[in-house]
Amino acid sequence: MKLTGAQIMMKVLKEEGVEIIFGYPGGVVIDIYDEMERTDIRHVLVRQEACAVHAADGYARAGNRVGVCLVTSGPGATNTVTGIASAYMDSIPVVIFTGQVPTHLIGNDAFQEVDTVGITRPITKHNYLVKRTEDLAKIIKEAFYLASSGRPGPVLVDIPKDVSVNQIDYKPLEKVKLKSYSPTYSPNVKQLHQVVKMIKKAKKPIIFAGGGVILSRAANELTELARKTQIPLTTSLMGLGGFPGSDPLWLGMVGMHGTYRSNMSIGECDLLFGIGVRFDDRVTGRIDAFAPNAKIIHIDIDPTSIRKNIPVTVPIVGDCKVTLAHLNKLLDKEDLGDLKKTRKQWFDQIEHWQSTKPLAYEQKDVIKPQFVVEKLYELTKGDAIITTEVGQNQMWAAQYYHYDRPNHFITSGGLGCMGFGLPAAIGAQLACPDKLVVDIAGDGSIQMNIQEMATVAQCNLPIKVVILNNGYLGMVRQWQQLFFDKRYASTCMEHAPDFVKLAEAYGAVGLRATKPEEVEPLLKEGLFSKKAVIMDFVVEKEECVYPMIPAGAAATEMLLV
Amino acid sequence: MEEKHILSILVDNEPGVLSRISGLFSGRGFNIESLCVAETMDPLISRLTLVTTGEPPIIEQIEKQLNKLINVIKVHDLTGKEYVQREMALIKVVAKPEHRAEILRTVDIFRCKIVDVGPDHYTIEVTGDEGKLSALLNLLKPIGIKEIARTGMIALFRDPK
Repeated sequence: MKLTGAQIMMKVLKEEGVEIIFGYPGGVVIDIYDEMERTDIRHVLVRQEACAVHAADGYARAGNRVGVCLVTSGPGATNTVTGIASAYMDSIPVVIFTGQVPTHLIGNDAFQEVDTVGITRPITKHNYLVKRTEDLAKIIKEAFYLASSGRPGPVLVDIPKDVSVNQIDYKPLEKVKLKSYSPTYSPNVKQLHQVVKMIKKAKKPIIFAGGGVILSRAANELTELARKTQIPLTTSLMGLGGFPGSDPLWLGMVGMHGTYRSNMSIGECDLLFGIGVRFDDRVTGRIDAFAPNAKIIHIDIDPTSIRKNIPVTVPIVGDCKVTLAHLNKLLDKEDLGDLKKTRKQWFDQIEHWQSTKPLAYEQKDVIKPQFVVEKLYELTKGDAIITTEVGQNQMWAAQYYHYDRPNHFITSGGLGCMGFGLPAAIGAQLACPDKLVVDIAGDGSIQMNIQEMATVAQCNLPIKVVILNNGYLGMVRQWQQLFFDKRYASTCMEHAPDFVKLAEAYGAVGLRATKPEEVEPLLKEGLFSKKAVIMDFVVEKEECVYPMIPAGAAATEMLLV
Repeated sequence: MEEKHILSILVDNEPGVLSRISGLFSGRGFNIESLCVAETMDPLISRLTLVTTGEPPIIEQIEKQLNKLINVIKVHDLTGKEYVQREMALIKVVAKPEHRAEILRTVDIFRCKIVDVGPDHYTIEVTGDEGKLSALLNLLKPIGIKEIARTGMIALFRDPK
């Protein structure tokens, strides 16, 4: 069968089950776009290419599948860099197709030519420049396999114009095999026996779970483990939803803006059980003061995560789901005794921390951002998919909205890139058309990719944007307040647009609340509308996110309100 | 304590693989002391011999990070094991009439070869471990070294692996 590269590409994408591609056309990908029009693959036209990757990222996270993007060469490819870097830091399975100038022009500084593979090498799990149409099918299959297996991540495939135009004899491929790539899913059982012993011996244990739990779909196994062993549990930002936020064992998030009891528990524990985490600096604070009295168990599918930042007593390379299921079976054979009784002192201590320093704010005359998020939680009963921008809005979304299920909290954790929330909400809404999807935003970060409101309108998506509008780049302003004597260098966002009018200009509904009593009715009106809505909440200008561990301080040295 | 490690790495013989490896080292702040790469018996595979230094946790990270690269097939750390190592250098020395005999004697003692002769220079080819090369260079330095090209270390396990 004679097929062009573009036709082969569509065939393989269909085989991989692709239903939606996020992208932006251009000169060298016209042939691919032309071919795509003849399939039932839906193309979502974003307004800037980074948003194609963010949207694919949100789609992958909400829908537990691979997100796909297609952009042109040169500026199309360079614009994707931020999106790719964010997906890479958060280990999200995304396949990015970029067009490239024809092979005979590569290296000639041709129009819209950049070395895409060179630029994206350190921010992809792997990337390819396809040199012959004959290799295209195999490479696309490998890209999907790599993106979604092991520790997931973005994989980029750069396709020169002639590779997509040339016709070849096409024979369908069966499975892909890579001789140098075989992730370890099953743990070393000897190590697990040691873990059982340590759990039985521990007096002050704590589980610290992360994004790996969500990526490997291990939330049920994790919940079973924590309840069975009565170990209190905290997560990183990326782990939110990996364990029910309403469970009595839940301590809240850990780290720079984690709860007092979580951070104190880490400081005091005698056993720290890290599951699908990478001990990022925003979690550990000063390394030598992190869990100083604890033996540490660390499960991760990526060997490089283990012992990268902290020394570990028992390292376990394996998939979180497989490993925890195995561990749960081993624990079932053990007599654990009355754990509620043996752990009583530890629970009492944690309760004491919680009662002395709970998460708190005081709602007075001006709307508090925390109040908006809390009301949002109440009204949605915790069932919405929340995406966030980056900064204070992100931290309040993490602290005051509670996540009972995985894949409901979608944020740019590792890269921390502003402008993520709106395009990610587009992806999430397309993956889960029946869910309520809310982007919790700040007035600064929403402006980074506000143009995506046009994509929202074009796709007719009922996305809700909640802007916590304090007129500042709030998180940097907070640092300036606390560490730079309130010198607010360039953090005051004067001349913000009128978000209500802006919403209307994009064909969405715009609403504004300026008083605390308006918050609930406005949320009700906005959330239950069938249209896209921007809700502009004019909040306390100089509110800070607490607790806060100053950069480089120990986890237990928190600044409190 | 910083340690020196010799890593023997089998990689896919493809364009871009070397830059993945060098990019990994520069991006993560690891050291490369020397690096040698060439095709193996299997034209699809190259062997890369890399000498690096670092504290033990860093060396562990280097090996893990290398293994994580999709194009890396196998990483062997030769350090602490039985292996043979060689390095080669071409050394162009100033060869004035009064020094010619001494240079030839030294070349003889070190069992190296003169591969090029000019009116006022010799080019010496020397093969050996690092110690031998340094010793030779120390002897030739006072005579006058014009130029030098060194390969970096290559190494293999002694046992049949």
